[in-house]
Amino acid sequence: MIDALVLTILMTSVPLILAATGELVVERSGVLNLGLEGMMLMGAVSAFALTYISGSLLVGLLAGIISGCLTAAIFGFFVLGLATNQVATGLALTIFGTGLSGLIGSDFVGKAIEGLPTLFPETFSNLPIIGVFFALDAVAYLSLFIVFLVWIFLFKSKYGLILRACGISHNSAHSLGYKVLTVRWCSILFGGMMAGLGGAYLPLMLTPHWSEGMTSGRGWIALALVVFASWMPSRIIYGAILFGAITIMQLAGQARGWTIPPQFLSSLPYIATIFVLVLISSKGTAKYLAPSDLTRPFISSK
Amino acid sequence: MTTKPVLLESREISKSFGSFLANDGINFNILEGEIHGLLGENGAGKSTFVKMVYGLLEPSNGTFYWNGKKIIIARPQEARNFGIGMVFQHFTLFPTLTVIENIQLALNDYFATHELRDTINKKSAEFGITVDPDIYIRDLSVGEQQRVEILRCLLQNPKLLIMDEPTSVLTPQESEQLFSVLKKLSKTGCSILFISHKLKEIKKITQRATILRRGCVVSTVETADVSTEQLAKMMVGSNPQNVKPKTAKKSGDILVRISGLNRPADNPFATALDNISLNVKAGEIKGIAGIAGNGQSELMEVLSGEWRSTENIDVFNVLGTDIRNYSPHKRRQLGVGFLPEERHGHSAVINMKLTENTLLTNHNNPVIQRNNIVKNENLEKLTTNIVDKYDVRTPFQNPHASSLSGGNLQKFVVGREIIKKPKVFFVAQPTWGVDIGATKSIRNSLIDLANDGCGIIVISQDLEELFELADNICVLFRGKLSDSKPLQELNSEKIGMLMGGEDLYSESQGH
Repeated sequence: MIDALVLTILMTSVPLILAATGELVVERSGVLNLGLEGMMLMGAVSAFALTYISGSLLVGLLAGIISGCLTAAIFGFFVLGLATNQVATGLALTIFGTGLSGLIGSDFVGKAIEGLPTLFPETFSNLPIIGVFFALDAVAYLSLFIVFLVWIFLFKSKYGLILRACGISHNSAHSLGYKVLTVRWCSILFGGMMAGLGGAYLPLMLTPHWSEGMTSGRGWIALALVVFASWMPSRIIYGAILFGAITIMQLAGQARGWTIPPQFLSSLPYIATIFVLVLISSKGTAKYLAPSDLTRPFISSK
Repeated sequence: MTTKPVLLESREISKSFGSFLANDGINFNILEGEIHGLLGENGAGKSTFVKMVYGLLEPSNGTFYWNGKKIIIARPQEARNFGIGMVFQHFTLFPTLTVIENIQLALNDYFATHELRDTINKKSAEFGITVDPDIYIRDLSVGEQQRVEILRCLLQNPKLLIMDEPTSVLTPQESEQLFSVLKKLSKTGCSILFISHKLKEIKKITQRATILRRGCVVSTVETADVSTEQLAKMMVGSNPQNVKPKTAKKSGDILVRISGLNRPADNPFATALDNISLNVKAGEIKGIAGIAGNGQSELMEVLSGEWRSTENIDVFNVLGTDIRNYSPHKRRQLGVGFLPEERHGHSAVINMKLTENTLLTNHNNPVIQRNNIVKNENLEKLTTNIVDKYDVRTPFQNPHASSLSGGNLQKFVVGREIIKKPKVFFVAQPTWGVDIGATKSIRNSLIDLANDGCGIIVISQDLEELFELADNICVLFRGKLSDSKPLQELNSEKIGMLMGGEDLYSESQGH
């Protein structure tokens, strides 16, 4: 029973980890993409549709990644190409993604597919206590590995340093000869791929069917998670598990007739994020943590 | 000296932005190991020219030659490959990265952190520039930050180092240190292109200087052969107008009385103000010197009423009224004028028209407004008055503030305050980024105001300005204000020491 609960919590946190890690890279480069929810939904519907048609989960996952990337490209075209307001464009992207995914997915509502298999044989997952950690699928383990890779990239490689530099001061980065827009394009597309993959995880694993708006706010939770993690990759994992636990508690609570209103539980991730924000700003270090050129459009004069 | 080979030459380099010609056929050369000055007023095209040398801008026309060979510098990375380094006027440092990370970003080859740390320590010892490689840039003073910028260039063993207005942020002592580093560097064979509009510096450290005016080369001279007056004339095109003498009688009436002002720092970038006391008499201009970031903006916010407190200020009286709790609006009604440093977005709203900007500080004038209805006709008349009287050059009638050049906008905002004939006037950096002609006219209008009996506080980083304007000067250092001294007792060296935090008086007691 406990095992089942822990397993569900871990699985719920996977899409959060993926989407938030992508968004973290985007924000580190100085762009805020509020279209996470839209990109996740596009990833989810494409993954489900192509898995259903082709019968291959791998094709489905790839479709999720690609459609997340394409949706992000629309965002990139506006905020980088035309230097539009990032907040407004991101919100528009969410609305766009929600609508388009509903349209594409209308034929697939009520259909079922086979979900992702677990990575390890059943003998491992039947082990007492630790078994639950072997009961996950390949994408779940991949998500942890990606967090690790992103950490290495951001803090141990030259390109990661350049990316962070673009987020701190794009004018300085430009003066040193770095192509701010190229860096931001790459990070936006990466963010889209991660969101697409995170979205794909929902219909392929969490609930093996498609329903309209099935992310139900996970994109927003992932956005909050980036702030909660104060832009540090490793903290995303703890945060995602915490937020995942809250989400599951809300469902489990409803099933068992708890008296805590579910609306209160679903607001907990946001309350936790506000709490973290207050905590880091009361220490006076908030300004150091957030990339200082976040949301500022860069216009180069050549 | 002229026997040295030419390192970099430009032939007929031009650059236009739309219809504006920023550089017009620049012919220029710099010799190996030479310190060459590039002199000109704001907007003369100095920065545009060096940005092309560093590959940040693409010339519209003309060619560069490096050791006699024709080259195209398309990107800063290529400039660095040739051996061109640049220290920018507005630093290109990243405050939330460490010194070492900042240096890594400017090197074309990637060094591992520990290797680089050794190299940095070696180089900094060689040139006497000490800096801790693992400290965050945000924790360094401006002078130290500049050392990081220089160090970053030195690590690439440059053949040509471009320094864009390097002394504008330094104390006189720090400037001296910089000059000795530059001299040491030029002895190793490195050429230095030194950009400045300060004539004395150009005289002092360069061998030759090229003077730019309105995008054209006026002349290239051996600096030993010309006087600073001749340089000034070449730079401005005419003899600059002199500042008027002060005639005001010091009546002795104290108009502004501040004591026991303590303001805690409200964010990690702010400076706390520490027990500041200050009096201003009628007709007096009180100068407050100091390097930026020592509490100037915090003090200005207290003066204007953007930050108010009755607990942290013991006394703040203007014209005998306790204004500790007065909003900026109420202070204006009392006859206080103030002008913060940043004209874009603080003293002027750049997306508003000039008339609207006039209204913002004149709305309690009954001529402009009655029963909260604006009389547009009178507002336009007042705006035209300001524009005419303070020689604000506008591209057309009543433009948006953003379409004025920095100097003209500054003349406008200064004029907007002065035309109200304030009894007390607080102003920060009145001539920051303004060309010589406009600077003189702004300073003259401040002196006129003082001659009429207004008490003025001028917060400025520009010592020359304070020497021209002030009767008494005090220095702000790390949120502490030194005692006010009459101008006659001070020279730039003494002020420089106070700006660097040395207390002249405790020093002399120690000896």
